[in-house]
Amino acid sequence: MKNENLYNYILGIADNSLILGQRMGELCGHGPTLETDIACTNISLDLFGQVRSYFQYAAKIAGDGRTEDDIAMLRKEREYKNVLLAEQPNTNFAYTIARHFLFDVYHFSFLNELQKSSDLTLSAIANKCIKEVSYHERFSSDWVKRLGDGTEESNQKMQEAINDLWTYTDELFHQTEADKVMVEDGVGVDVTKLKDNYYKSVGELLNKARLNTPESKWFQKGGKIGIHTEHLGYLLADLQYMQRTYPNMEW
Amino acid sequence: MTATEQNIDKRLIPILEKVSDPEIPVLSIMDMGVVRSAVIINNKVKVEITPTYSGCPAMDVIGDDIKAALHVAGYSAEVDLILFPAWTTDWITSRGRKALEDYGIAAPLESEADKAVLLDGKKLVKCTNCGSKNTRLVSQFGSTACKAQFQCEDCHEPFDYFKCLK
Repeated sequence: MKNENLYNYILGIADNSLILGQRMGELCGHGPTLETDIACTNISLDLFGQVRSYFQYAAKIAGDGRTEDDIAMLRKEREYKNVLLAEQPNTNFAYTIARHFLFDVYHFSFLNELQKSSDLTLSAIANKCIKEVSYHERFSSDWVKRLGDGTEESNQKMQEAINDLWTYTDELFHQTEADKVMVEDGVGVDVTKLKDNYYKSVGELLNKARLNTPESKWFQKGGKIGIHTEHLGYLLADLQYMQRTYPNMEW
Repeated sequence: MTATEQNIDKRLIPILEKVSDPEIPVLSIMDMGVVRSAVIINNKVKVEITPTYSGCPAMDVIGDDIKAALHVAGYSAEVDLILFPAWTTDWITSRGRKALEDYGIAAPLESEADKAVLLDGKKLVKCTNCGSKNTRLVSQFGSTACKAQFQCEDCHEPFDYFKCLK
């Protein structure tokens, strides 16, 4: 492939939205209330829509007849480049919200920079997505505050989720080889520069929500290069079920 | 880019005006502002539409409906989805806003007011049933990606509010 770095770079961005979208979609019919159920699935739909734009572009770059659906459905676990945070399960609603919040703050600042990409397709996608992601961030921040500053039990559960997922936050700011090349070309976002502001905004909101910012300095990594937690395999089994069981079926 | 920068062949307007958003049948795609260009080249029509929200499932249907409507009018058509410039609720025409209200969906407020109602619980959205502004936000997300759920505190009617997107 002529433009392999760009292809891999796009997958790195899109896989986050795909896997997180699948996680949020799992709440369809299982949200704690009808309104939050609808909110989570709406967010899932936004993320899948964004994924389509990225994968359509990636398929064009691959130029070998692969379609957006092939890229989404027919890769193996090790070929997914999403961050570990995105694949973490919906252990309870606090985990769903914590995962989403910790990703949203990053996602918004990432898209804000991607809008300046020298690649016009990527900048157009970012320009479109950021409007939607600003709603996602409002939703998850609002719930972090409500649960953190809620009852003793909701505060404790929210704190537990933040503590558990904290170890996956540092990976958001790691660079892959494709990332580095893309940053040099003016196409990609230098995520290392987003880190300080990220921890500052997250810390401020946690503080408002009467939650403690974890102090642990030990972080997990690997998702960006295909080394995932055990949760991704189960998620993919669900996501890819139809294509694996009925190859080439069309909706 | 403003709505006036659309490039639409006058001959195609009456045809495109008959195509509506499948989720909001009273609203024509022209009043929705999703048609960005429509030109005739050698009797073939090339249409460019832009999605309201990335994941809007209506876009595929809208594309097919455009092709069908143009086919009936004797044109073969090609429909492309473009992402830039990104759609904004400002592109909904005043006729479109009225159609939304008549259908029971409150039209989007300006972006500052929108933030105030969605984040700070301000009462600015007018009930589509009784006109009262004594309304409350039920959820920032509604029946489709573009809407939020509200309820009127006077007549108790639940209704959708079309969120401002800029």
